[in-house]
Amino acid sequence: MALQASLDPTAIDAGCCSIGGLAAPASRAGTGADPRAYVVVGDDGTARLDAVVETLDCPSCVPSIEGVLGRLDGMLAARVNAGQRRIHLEWDPARLDLDRILGALDGLGHRIAAYDAARLGGREVDEVGRGLLRALAVAGFAFANVMLVSVAVWAGLAQDMGPGTRAFLHWVSALIALPAIVYAGRPFFGSALAALRSGTTNMDVPIAIGVSLATGMSLLETTRNGPHVFFDAALGLLFFLLIGRFLDRSLRGRAFAAAQNLLALRAVSAVVIGRDRRTEVRAIDAVRPGDLVAVAVGETVPVDGRVAAGRSDVDAALVTGESLPQPVAPGTVVHAGTVNLTAPIEVETAAAGSGTLLAEIAAMMDRAGQAKARYVRLADRISRIYAPVIHALALAAFAGWMALGGADWRHALMISVAVLIVTCPCALGLAVPAVQVGAVGRLLKRGAYVKSGDALERLARADTVVFDKTGTLTLGRPRLEGIDDADCVGDSGEVLAVAAALARRSTHPLARALAAAAGDGPAADDVREEPGCGLEAVLSGVRVRLGRRDWVGGATAATPHAGPEIWLRRGDAPAVRLRFVDAPRPDAAEVVAGLQARGLRVVLLSGDGRAVVDDLADRIGIDERRAECLPGDKIAVLERLAAEGRRVAMVGDGLNDAPALAAAFVSLSPATAADVSQTAADLVFRGDSLAPVLEALDVARRADMLVRQNVGLALAYNLVAVPLAVAGLVTPLIAAVVMSASSLAVTGNALRVQRGR
Amino acid sequence: MVALVYLIPAALLLGGFGLACFLWALRTGQFEDLDGAAWRALHDAHDDRLNDEERR
Repeated sequence: MALQASLDPTAIDAGCCSIGGLAAPASRAGTGADPRAYVVVGDDGTARLDAVVETLDCPSCVPSIEGVLGRLDGMLAARVNAGQRRIHLEWDPARLDLDRILGALDGLGHRIAAYDAARLGGREVDEVGRGLLRALAVAGFAFANVMLVSVAVWAGLAQDMGPGTRAFLHWVSALIALPAIVYAGRPFFGSALAALRSGTTNMDVPIAIGVSLATGMSLLETTRNGPHVFFDAALGLLFFLLIGRFLDRSLRGRAFAAAQNLLALRAVSAVVIGRDRRTEVRAIDAVRPGDLVAVAVGETVPVDGRVAAGRSDVDAALVTGESLPQPVAPGTVVHAGTVNLTAPIEVETAAAGSGTLLAEIAAMMDRAGQAKARYVRLADRISRIYAPVIHALALAAFAGWMALGGADWRHALMISVAVLIVTCPCALGLAVPAVQVGAVGRLLKRGAYVKSGDALERLARADTVVFDKTGTLTLGRPRLEGIDDADCVGDSGEVLAVAAALARRSTHPLARALAAAAGDGPAADDVREEPGCGLEAVLSGVRVRLGRRDWVGGATAATPHAGPEIWLRRGDAPAVRLRFVDAPRPDAAEVVAGLQARGLRVVLLSGDGRAVVDDLADRIGIDERRAECLPGDKIAVLERLAAEGRRVAMVGDGLNDAPALAAAFVSLSPATAADVSQTAADLVFRGDSLAPVLEALDVARRADMLVRQNVGLALAYNLVAVPLAVAGLVTPLIAAVVMSASSLAVTGNALRVQRGR
Repeated sequence: MVALVYLIPAALLLGGFGLACFLWALRTGQFEDLDGAAWRALHDAHDDRLNDEERR
């Protein structure tokens, strides 16, 4: 068995998986629900479970997970989807226990968040994408074969093909094209009908009219043995437009899958303590007000309520934006989403599920998000002008040839069909998604995840950037800044060593920062942690306390410090102060300067105190700042900016930022942010660096420029082709060449978004 | 021109075969996870040519 592991090529990859796994507990997000609540046992006795594997950072983990799970006795199927980070498990519950499966996953360094596959939905979304792909395949097949026949006809026009042969080839084209057009055209016909029924037009209306007129006329010409048919043009149109439609769809599908994963992670379970002190794991929906919930150290509080027993510190950073843990004791109110840090507590539920602060914030987000829904995509804005112009042109060509040109109605109709085909918005249908897929792919490689194409369009038009402070401009992790030893108790190196010896025994953020500043070293024995106060130990016969000023005692007056601080006291000596700051992200000043250089107005909004905010704003060069903002205040500021006509890009991470993120014109959020904020944000970026914000802005602006170039290119083609079409000179050959050439030109131009700088 | 009578059906048949293959691949979920398959191929457990002896 051991030999097998060493021969297994995936054993090499196990290293990278476990690093991801080890890093994961450091994130502040919740760990998801107890998977047991989501196991579905089928009629055949097979247990099934769908889950999100959020730690799946490298696709190479796939074979190792599937291999290890597949070797478990009783495992029937273990299938990982690397693209969506999901796993589907099927096993025989008589032979295999879920705990063993979870244990095996844990051994590989993976945690899973189970979800209810039926309730999350998503099957319909996949089905739409697959339907488009099927339509695309059929259109491609038919287009290729009809083109084959058409080339023969065009060659025959130049040489001397008999009318009999030509008629035969036209009939062949019609037989291939008709069913294909009916099948592949459904997405467009459906959408055009829906638009017309509601009394508006969209891009699909001229497409649907063009395709049906071209098909109908071609069929008529075929039966009358006419010289020109447009089957190839109609099919080519559908083929190119379907490519664009599919690219757009897959972009949305990926964003949808990511949003679903976030939903699954947000679902939590609670350990409820019954009357007889027996504990029971329940899904959060089944927890009622009044239930007593046990919260272990390191767990996320699942409900809103009051602490009933136990003293601890809770990290409320994701809820209130406050970066330091708050001490809690019986009677203190705690909110769902906060993390319990130092000791186990019991919480009496006041509200669960939809009654919690979390749910209220989600509701506030929904209201605020309506501004975003009003945004009209560039392609749709152009089509509002474009579609009526095309219709007018085609109609004018028909009327002109009938009245002035003296043509019969068939000829006049053929000419207006040619106008419709030549002007059909291939470039808009194909080039916009092609540019956006390229831009999103490029940003993904740089660690920024964009959720939709229109988010890029909005980002390109932003002229104001509003930053949250904690966790966004700063890392949200305190760092030791200095040691104030007013009474010269000892040299600072020694003070740090003693403090770190105690701190290594605690998970409190300040203790961790202290341990990190001191580097490796011994940890003190028998350290007692007093929740909400600090740490105490006896070192070489002397009692040492590290913690709050009033608990440690013996502190002398010190100059006020804007950030957090803890005090160290050895025996009866005067206490020494250790100062901390929440360090800004390493490139925060650089990025802010970069944004200002690009002509953007930069604003800082924070829930923190004035002194801390001023200190940070001065250091990284932001003039406009506001401290002590509540979530409602942030929305008010954003609304005032919007009323001034500014298009605001909001960058934030806390749960308290989520409504503001939803209210902003476009929003960005770091990957360490609260799940809700990541769901609300248009773009999520990874890592300690703030540079992806700048990169995203540059790529968005570049994509915007390329989209505009593409629209220009398409219009330039029309400038040449439309007069020819109106003059009646566009044969099916010219229509096909113009359409393909313009489609290829805009796609080629779109690829440039991947290159450069 | 008589050649058309069998050349056109031949072209359609070949193209139709390709289309059928694609639709089959789509229906059996071959495009669901494009990244995973590449890595899965590296794993011995899925290589049917290896017998149990070699795998150890």
